[in-house]
Amino acid sequence: MDTDFLIDFSDLNAPVVYLAGAWVTGKQLPEVRIIQEAICTCINTVFLVPGDNFEWDSRLLAFILAAERLCQEHQKKLDISAFPESVQQLYDLAKAVPPNISSPEESHNHWTFLKSFWVGAIETLGFIGEMCIAVGRLFAGRSHMRAVDLLFCLNQAGPKALGILSLLSVLVGMILAYLGMIQLSQFGAEVYVANLVALGMVREMGSLMTAVIMAGRTGAAWASELGAMQVNEEVDALKTMGIRPMDFLVMPRLLAMAIAMPLLSAYSFILGMIGGGVMTTGMEMTLRMYLHQLLQSFSPGDVLAGCFKGFIFGLLIVLAGCQSGMNCRGSSAAVGEATTRAVVQAIVYFVIADAALNLMFYKLGI
Amino acid sequence: MVMDAPKTIEFPVIETRALTMRYGDRLIQKNLNFKVNQGDIFVIMGGSGCGKSTLLKHLIGLNSPAEGDIVYNGESYISADEQSRQQMRQRWGITFQSGALFSDMTLAENVALPLRHAGAHRSEIRDIVHYKLSLVGLGGYEDYFPSQISGGMCKRAGLARAIALDPEILFFDEPSAGLDPLSARRLDDLILHLRDSIGTTVVIVTHELASMFAIASNGIFLDAVTKTALDHGDPNWLKEHSREAIVRSFLARGETEGSQL
Ligand SMILES: Nc1ncnc2c1ncn2[C@@H]1O[C@H](COP(=O)(O)OP(=O)(O)OP(=O)(O)O)[C@@H](O)[C@H]1O
Ligand SMILES: [Mg+2]
Repeated sequence: MDTDFLIDFSDLNAPVVYLAGAWVTGKQLPEVRIIQEAICTCINTVFLVPGDNFEWDSRLLAFILAAERLCQEHQKKLDISAFPESVQQLYDLAKAVPPNISSPEESHNHWTFLKSFWVGAIETLGFIGEMCIAVGRLFAGRSHMRAVDLLFCLNQAGPKALGILSLLSVLVGMILAYLGMIQLSQFGAEVYVANLVALGMVREMGSLMTAVIMAGRTGAAWASELGAMQVNEEVDALKTMGIRPMDFLVMPRLLAMAIAMPLLSAYSFILGMIGGGVMTTGMEMTLRMYLHQLLQSFSPGDVLAGCFKGFIFGLLIVLAGCQSGMNCRGSSAAVGEATTRAVVQAIVYFVIADAALNLMFYKLGI
Repeated sequence: MVMDAPKTIEFPVIETRALTMRYGDRLIQKNLNFKVNQGDIFVIMGGSGCGKSTLLKHLIGLNSPAEGDIVYNGESYISADEQSRQQMRQRWGITFQSGALFSDMTLAENVALPLRHAGAHRSEIRDIVHYKLSLVGLGGYEDYFPSQISGGMCKRAGLARAIALDPEILFFDEPSAGLDPLSARRLDDLILHLRDSIGTTVVIVTHELASMFAIASNGIFLDAVTKTALDHGDPNWLKEHSREAIVRSFLARGETEGSQL
């Protein structure tokens, strides 16, 4: 059965719209605009009346409500008293509470992007400040941190990450060696591959790779953990118990990263060099030559600089992860967003910090 | 914790003065003035979305008011420094709408956390935890994690945590939502009992008319349209005598069509 309608203009002041056929979900229904003309001609009321073979479900009510909105825009009334009782009851129910007229908060500023960037920057600075104060409290012995939590976080940030870190470090070492071998053999300078691997791993790749892995693994996990706690009102519960979330939740993670990252970076240096060794001895160099050259090519200062980089990256992972977790508001969707933001922000921070640190080391002659 | 002898009542336990609450620019409630006295069971009523949870969040210091003041035992919370706020907060117990248990701790550890934070002794903590969990009917669930128990049980465990320190004021957001009628009834009894035995003052947000009439001794009715309090007083009295028709019909709904607000 088809849907149909008919507008009877016989009385121009009170046009009658007949809705015939099946007004049900799934049929091609005419749009509300069809009664526009009726609305424009009538004096104050449009009559909506069921026609032949009339059938209905929620779709009809949706149509009636839309028609009513249209009428209201033109300051006209809609009369549906010819419809069955049940239709009218549902209509009354839908109209019982006037719709909300305010809209969800949205800024109508053209500079929204810049503004949110600015607000974000200020918030980040605030978070850094709070973290510093919390560290101060920790050293003053007035922190609410629990040793158990620190151990737990250390476990998350350290041993559990060793597997993937080993794999990637060895691979990066091999790649460096391979690239170096191909290029340097053109000049007969294969032996300097060891320098390339050592310096490449220690000064740059080792701590950066470690940081990226940890940001994706642990930083993201922490962001979603804190985000879920925030959404679940657990953070509020902590606050009302008089326990500072900064001390209780962020500090153990900060300490754990600050301890784990330099160690993991050093571990990555070693594995990278091993990887390089495997690659070079597999090509046209002896292990002895490689080792001999390797040990000459970097100083303890380089290692310290690399570990320091790892330390800074660790702090940045915690900053990105914990801040986006703690700023999580509302729903479970926000937790997902927080996780994404934690990783993306951390990587942006790494690049900036890496450039700044390299510049600093260069100026200081380290 | 040692129980003090009941104090002489000089000040209301909680008093709000011209309290106005906003989220950003959006007004939620304005000009709220009410007092909660020692031993009151004070209920915050009103339709959905009128700002009851928001009011509770202001009372427990999670949100700060746009205007006005909140005074505890004669001491303003708004102008107090962090240390005295901390002291005030330690005398409160709060349960959240969802329970808000720490998911990586067992029930026992959850209840023990405020005790440990207050510096209780290790040996007494275990006994207190067991006692509080038994009070809410969860004895024997000490080593369960929140994910291993039901929603209603989480709520009760949250209550056990809230009363761990024998608080002077207990705040509840929808305590009986999600509980079966028997547990809800038990909860009402527990609240009355806490009030009678240790003089706890209770502030409750609730929709359950039955429990409202059973336990509340005072209350406030918030309205979403006028964005202010429509009436104050004992719900039993308001039901018959409120000057506002909206309040009377809200409260009468319980008798005619069941509590479905
Ligand atoms: N974090 C927030 N940011 C902005 N607006 C909020 C926030 N939380 C609540 N609101 C708004 O404040 C109003 C009051 O919310 P509130 O949660 O206090 O209602 P309620 O009275 O507790 O409702 P219910 O009985 O359904 O729990 C709602 O209209 C809501 O949209
Ligand atoms: Mg609420």
